[in-house]
Amino acid sequence: MKGSVERDYSREFAALAEALGRAGGNPAALRSPRIASLVVHENRILGLNAIPGIKMDVEPLPDGIKAFVYVEPGVVIAEPVHLCFGVLPKEGVQRILSTFKIGAEAHVRFLAHCSFPNAEKVQHLMEAEIEVGEGATMEYNETHYHGPFGGTEVLPKARIKVAEGGRYITEFKLIQGRVGVLSLDYEVHLGEKAIAELVSKVYGKGKDQVRLREALYLEGAYARGLVKSRIVLQDQAEAEFTGEAVGIGPYSRGHLDCTEILRGSEAKASAVPKLIVVDERAKLTHEAAIGSIDRKELETLMARGLSEEEAVETVVRGLLR
Amino acid sequence: MGNHLLLIEDLFLEREGRLILRGVNLAVEEGEIHAILGANGTGKSTLAYAIMGLSGYKPNKGRVFFSGKDITEKSVTERAKLGITLAWQQPASFEGLTIREYLEISQRAGRGCFRIEECLSLVGLPPKNYLDRTLNDRLSGGERKRVELAAVLAMAPRLAILDEPDSGIDVLSLDDIMEVIRRMNRGGTTVLLITHREEFARAAHRASHLCGGRILKTGECEEVVRFYKNFCKECTHINEPELEKTLEKE
Repeated sequence: MKGSVERDYSREFAALAEALGRAGGNPAALRSPRIASLVVHENRILGLNAIPGIKMDVEPLPDGIKAFVYVEPGVVIAEPVHLCFGVLPKEGVQRILSTFKIGAEAHVRFLAHCSFPNAEKVQHLMEAEIEVGEGATMEYNETHYHGPFGGTEVLPKARIKVAEGGRYITEFKLIQGRVGVLSLDYEVHLGEKAIAELVSKVYGKGKDQVRLREALYLEGAYARGLVKSRIVLQDQAEAEFTGEAVGIGPYSRGHLDCTEILRGSEAKASAVPKLIVVDERAKLTHEAAIGSIDRKELETLMARGLSEEEAVETVVRGLLR
Repeated sequence: MGNHLLLIEDLFLEREGRLILRGVNLAVEEGEIHAILGANGTGKSTLAYAIMGLSGYKPNKGRVFFSGKDITEKSVTERAKLGITLAWQQPASFEGLTIREYLEISQRAGRGCFRIEECLSLVGLPPKNYLDRTLNDRLSGGERKRVELAAVLAMAPRLAILDEPDSGIDVLSLDDIMEVIRRMNRGGTTVLLITHREEFARAAHRASHLCGGRILKTGECEEVVRFYKNFCKECTHINEPELEKTLEKE
């Protein structure tokens, strides 16, 4: 294991752990020797714990960190690996350059929490190269916790390769607080019989700008992929979803599913599906719904005694869960 | 107004330029199961939605009274808080909302006589298999209808408007569904049962026949069913009723 763990940032560590708790995570996991974890504040590595079967090399950069995560072939990591990133001051930059290699037949789940509770002018840049080996499974759940100021620029970019029979399942969730700008760009290349599920859930508020690009390249025969996006916008928030699926392998299947809910007349949303069939035996589908919340859903809940506002909150909470 | 829990006076309702309800008069007594029997397209669901006060179903004329109070101008929520609810013919789906949460919402709104597990069991859905399932479109139409009925049981309202609770349910289960409705009724809920099935209407205490947006007959179930069979089963005047002629035949 490479990387220097600094021990004199207990206040930052505690603040990130607290933010993790507010985002629904388990702060105790960051101190458990049984659970692999990495805690980074700005470019400082506050905590790093690897366990047998997983190797994590982390080194600081002037404006962030560079991490290499390797899971040995055939290993099943029982507890989720916790990754905790954040910037606590009002201003700052955090760049996370990461490489993940998941060995053949390995099984691992990552829980990433990104916290920016005070951000007024913060950049959070993530660039990930991910390789999921043959028959391996990687799950990556990323939850963001933001303060009320909308001063963060979040730019996650990932290029993922999933080998034969591998599975890559990811969920990106940004529903607490205001982000500012989110521009997510995920691209998955799937080998034979590989599977990918890309789910994103975003709540845009104030003047948030949300751009999502999620792309499936179904290269192998019988590869399967799903892109599912749920976006709720209020105030003057705007969102653009671009879903792409390219059916290259015979009998590959891809589906894009986007729902965008607008609360109020000033929010704006668009959805752009792009389906390209290269092999005629591939099948790609898409569905998109943009608009206000279905009146029947609201009135069903109102007929059970909820006010209209409570009914809206219930529907939105379910959609973004 | 006597013991009427629900009283509808001369209700007219137009939608998209078409007059659907043409002077409905109806009195539902507290504690009864009252069937509204009518063929498709005669305004049964419209009447249900107007009683619940759904958007787009505001009457052009007429009044709706509940427990002696005029509720014509009240919102859906206000009506629900008074103890009225509606089970839709085709219930809505909710992404991310579990059946447990849905039943709990319903339970909080009413008198909550039954536990939510009991409500599911009564409609034939094993709680351990269903409570934590999401109320989305992965449920079959029949399952969703049963959940809707369970939600009404959980709420235990004063008045339940059940819009075709028998549609989408296999024939063998109809008796079970009717038994659930009777149980609901024994628990103190007055039921307005909307149906086009004679055998369902027969299980009510009283019935009214709706045709062409008007109640043509109210009375004992058998009497109303007979009227329906004789004059409306082969209905030639759906949506363009010659009501006077029909009444003359009677």
